[in-house]
Parts: sequence; C-alpha cells; structure tokens
Amino acid sequence: MGPNLFINYGEAVAMLLFGIGFGNLLLQSNLIKKIIGLNIMDTAVYLFLAEKGYIAGRVAPIVADGVQDMEAYINPIPSGLVLTGIVVSVSVSALMLALTIRLYRRYHTLDLDEISRQLKKEGL
Amino acid sequence: MDFVQNFPCFSIILCLFAGILSSGLKDKAAMRVNTCLLGIVTLLSGATLLYTLQTGQSFVYVMGKFPAPWGNEIRAGVLEALTALFFCVIMLLSLLGGRHKLLEEVESGKTYLYYVLTDLLLSSLLALVYTNDMFTAYVFVEINTISACGLIMIRQNGRTIEAAVRYMIMSLLGSGLLLLGLCMLYDLTGHLLMSNMKESVSRLAATGQYEIPLIVAIVLISVGICIKSALFPFHAWLPDAYGYSTVSSAAILSSLVSKGYIFLLIKIIYRVIGFDIYGDTRIIDALFAFGLMGMIFGSLSAIKENDVRRMIAYSSVAQIGYIYMGFGMGTEAGMTASVFHILSHAATKSLLFIAAIGLTDVSGGSRKFIELTGAGYRNKWAGVAFTVGSLSMVGMPLFSGFISKLLFAQAAVQNHVKMLPALIVLGVSTILNAIYFMKTVIRIYTPVGYSAYPSITFVKMRVYAVTLVAFILLNVILGISSQPVVDMIRQGLAIFA
Repeated sequence: MGPNLFINYGEAVAMLLFGIGFGNLLLQSNLIKKIIGLNIMDTAVYLFLAEKGYIAGRVAPIVADGVQDMEAYINPIPSGLVLTGIVVSVSVSALMLALTIRLYRRYHTLDLDEISRQLKKEGL
Repeated sequence: MDFVQNFPCFSIILCLFAGILSSGLKDKAAMRVNTCLLGIVTLLSGATLLYTLQTGQSFVYVMGKFPAPWGNEIRAGVLEALTALFFCVIMLLSLLGGRHKLLEEVESGKTYLYYVLTDLLLSSLLALVYTNDMFTAYVFVEINTISACGLIMIRQNGRTIEAAVRYMIMSLLGSGLLLLGLCMLYDLTGHLLMSNMKESVSRLAATGQYEIPLIVAIVLISVGICIKSALFPFHAWLPDAYGYSTVSSAAILSSLVSKGYIFLLIKIIYRVIGFDIYGDTRIIDALFAFGLMGMIFGSLSAIKENDVRRMIAYSSVAQIGYIYMGFGMGTEAGMTASVFHILSHAATKSLLFIAAIGLTDVSGGSRKFIELTGAGYRNKWAGVAFTVGSLSMVGMPLFSGFISKLLFAQAAVQNHVKMLPALIVLGVSTILNAIYFMKTVIRIYTPVGYSAYPSITFVKMRVYAVTLVAFILLNVILGISSQPVVDMIRQGLAIFA
C-alpha cells in the first residue's frame, strides 16, 4: 500500500481534498464557508479524473503533424467529463449563492444555526 | 426500428423544450403548455408500455447513431415505461390539485416559473428512468436537484428559503459522493454505458482484482443515493422542505423526486453492478438495518408532531424505510415489493398532501390538530380523501398500501435470516402508522357544535374535488387489481439487467 500511495500521489491528494471539502460542506455553519467546501469537493473530483485520464509522455488528443497513432494521445473522455462537471458545479454554486443572498437580506447573518433560531422566534 | 422506439427520447426532449418555451410565456399560457405536455408524455409513455408489453423485451435507442461503447443510449423496458407513465399521471394530478394554492401563495406574474421548473423536473425524472449511461444519469440528478430546490423556494418566506438551503446542502453532499463513486467505477471499468460497465464489473468480481476499490465505489454510490432520497439518518431536511413549500411541490417532492433517485439505484444494482455481486457485498445488510430503523423512528417522529403537514412528511421517512428494507432482503421478491411500494407510496402520499391542504383551508389555514377538529364535515371531499389515504398508509385491504405490505411480508418469509426482524418491524410500524393516521382521521371527524370556520361546497372547488376522486380511484385500482401491475413489475425486473 505504501509505495502505491506514493506513486499515485495525485489521487491521494484528490481524496484528501474531497474529505476536506465534504467536511466543510457538512459541518461549517457559515453559508459562505459551506459553499467554499462545496467547490473544494467538486474540484477534488475533477483533479481525480484528470489524474486518472493523464498518461505520462502523451499529449492531448488534437491531431498535429499527421500523427494518427492511438498510442500518442491520452484518453479524452475524462477531460470531457471534467468540463461537464464544471458546468454542473458552476450552476449549483450560483444557486447556492443566490439563496445565501436571499437569507442574508432577510436575517442579516450568514450563520445557518442563527437563522434557524430566528425562524423559531418568528414562529412561522 | 419501430417508430415507437423514438418515444422515450421524444418525451425527454419535449419536456426540455417546453421548459425553455414556458420561460418566455405568461402565467396562463405556461400552465396550458405544462398540462398539454403532461398529457402528451403520458400518452407517449403509455404507448411505450404497450409496445414493450407486446414485444416482451426491452429495446435500446442509440442517440446520434454512435454505436455501443462510444455513444449515449436510452433503454426502455416494461418497468421503465410503467414508472414513467406513473410519474406523469401523479405529477399531473398533483399540479391540478394544488393549483388554487399556487395562485394564492406565489405572487401573480411569477407562476410561469413554477411550470418551467416542473417541466425541467419531469425531463430529469424521465431521463433518470430511461438513460443507460452513468454520467448522463449524474447530470440529470443535478438538474433534478436544482429544479426541486426551485419548487421548494417558489413560495417566498423565511422558512422555505432555509428549507431550500438545507435541502441543497444535503443533496450536494449526496451528489458529491455519487460523482466520486461514479468516477472510480469509470476508472475501474473504462466504460460509462451501464451494460458495458456490468461486463467489466463481473470480470473484476470473478478474478478478484481490485476488490476493495470496487466495494468502495459501490458504497459511495449507494450512500450518495441514500442521502439524496432521505433514508433514515439523512432525513433532517425533509420535514421543513415538505412541510412549508406550496402543496403541489410537497406532493411532487415526496412522491416523485426521491423515487427518481431510488429508481436510479435499482438500475445501478441490476444493470451496472449486477444483482448477485451487489448482494454479496454487505451493503444490503446496512440498507436493511437503516430501512428498519427508518420505519420505526420516522413513525415515532410523526406521532410526536403537532402539525399535520409535517406529520405526513415524517411518514415519508418511514415509507422510504420500507423501500430500502425491500432492497435489503436481497431477493427478487423483496425487489418486486419495493418497486410496487414506490408506485403505491407515490399515489398515496400525494393524495394525503393534497387532501390535507383542503382540511387546513377550512380551518383558518392553521395546521395544528386542535384547529382541524371537525374539518372533515366542513370539506367533505378532502375528508373522505384523507381517510382513504390514511387507510391505505395503514394497510387496509382494498387500498394499495395493503398490497405492498403483503408483498413485503411474503418477501420476508422467503429470507430465513432476515424474516424475524423484518416481520416484527413491519408489525410495529403498522401499529405506529395506525396511531398517528387514525388519530388524525378521528380528529377531523369529531363533531363540533359550533364552528368558527365556514364549510366549503363542491361548486367552489370543482378541479380540486375531481383531482381527489382521481387519486382515490388510482389507490383503489392499485389495491383491488394489483395482480396485473405486480406481473408487469416482475416481467420488467426480469428483463431489466
């Protein structure tokens, strides 16, 4: 396990980052910190995908100088997945930020627990 | 290729286009587009169901004519078509039943947004039901989440925005895990199409190569979907989201959105991992245990609740527990029972939400039990509908809930190890269900000599009353002639893999 971990250090870092992001999204009570956690988590997955899709010594699959050999290029699908994933996470972050602005205008705080307390007081 | 094979793709594309079109329309026009859309998609799904029943096998629709390992695919069989048909019918009825509340609770000039969101939600549900590609499934899971969040917060008050934020946070945790598991599975197998993945997974399982990464990937995907569908320990966001949103949203969220994710899990179990390999991992035992806990604790929370909408929401936690318990049995019979319960719970829970709004409306808008006293006399249609829904949830014969309980019990008897806990918890949960639902039914039929609130007559709520009758009929039909539906589910599961 030890040497494997060292060779695949990129994936290991991605998993660590995923854990950090996941923990932040779950445990922080500040909404902005939660959104930062969300972005770290998503980016970690993209790092993992990019790391898995890269093959040392090969180049991006854009045919140049007439080289048609499959061995010369990396697999383009993980890069495609990363792009799709980025689009998804951008829209989700935008939605979360919009919701945060709504809550802040109403309750003048970013703390989710504090907002819950104020809601209880309102007794809606 | 028969022309019918285009229908699944047509229905998804139609929903997406209707959503785009509606965003430029006025409120009334958007509503009409939405109703037409639901009608058309119901017809298309019905045609697909008839076609698959006739041919007796599922068909693959290749998107853009790129062949198997590269292109994107849609696959439809009996089970997919049946679920799609059911989803459309329930969504149509939920929207009809909640329309008058939507007009009250959302400022005029903005209700067209609600129909945009429901169009998109329907497209993502259909895509989750039909797709044969894992990454497409992930993208539509996110579309589903975003539009569901919109449905919660369309009614603007502090409660709903907070509920939407909590819903988003839990959902995003779930989809993060799902995405990570999916990427790992892609790295292990090298494919994104479900059928190709399954070949590689069974090869990996046979040789024992990459055993631990495979299990980790399966666990991540399962936990992700469990969080998104509010299995017991992850249900904290649920009562607020279902309890304070406008009533159509509550009905749609509880009966369709969480079911879409569960359907995806069934698909992953059968088509990506393989039923036997999934059963050999210990994950199904965990699903079984959490399902049982959900059945008990969901019902206990519902008993403690003093707000009728939140009580129905907590009852959803218990019902989701039933579905996961069926998965946990690890047998075909358990799976059949779960799928039937998905349909039966969808029909019953949306009925309960729609009926409850009629009762609270004639009680001055209050949802406290004490105010509901005698509400069944003030709004007779809602009273009867709520009683039918309650009886179905408790498991009275004649109604759909009875059949699903019966199927669960039959499945439990076949599994010797899990028989005892499953049957005991099933019994206890039924009693707990009876306590809180019958308490409500007795409360709404307790006569009061003088009431401060006026009664409502049929003339003032024609659409609402007709919707309730349709819901009651759906429940009774599922309860009385359940055998054809169960046969369809069995046939569908047999050709699902």
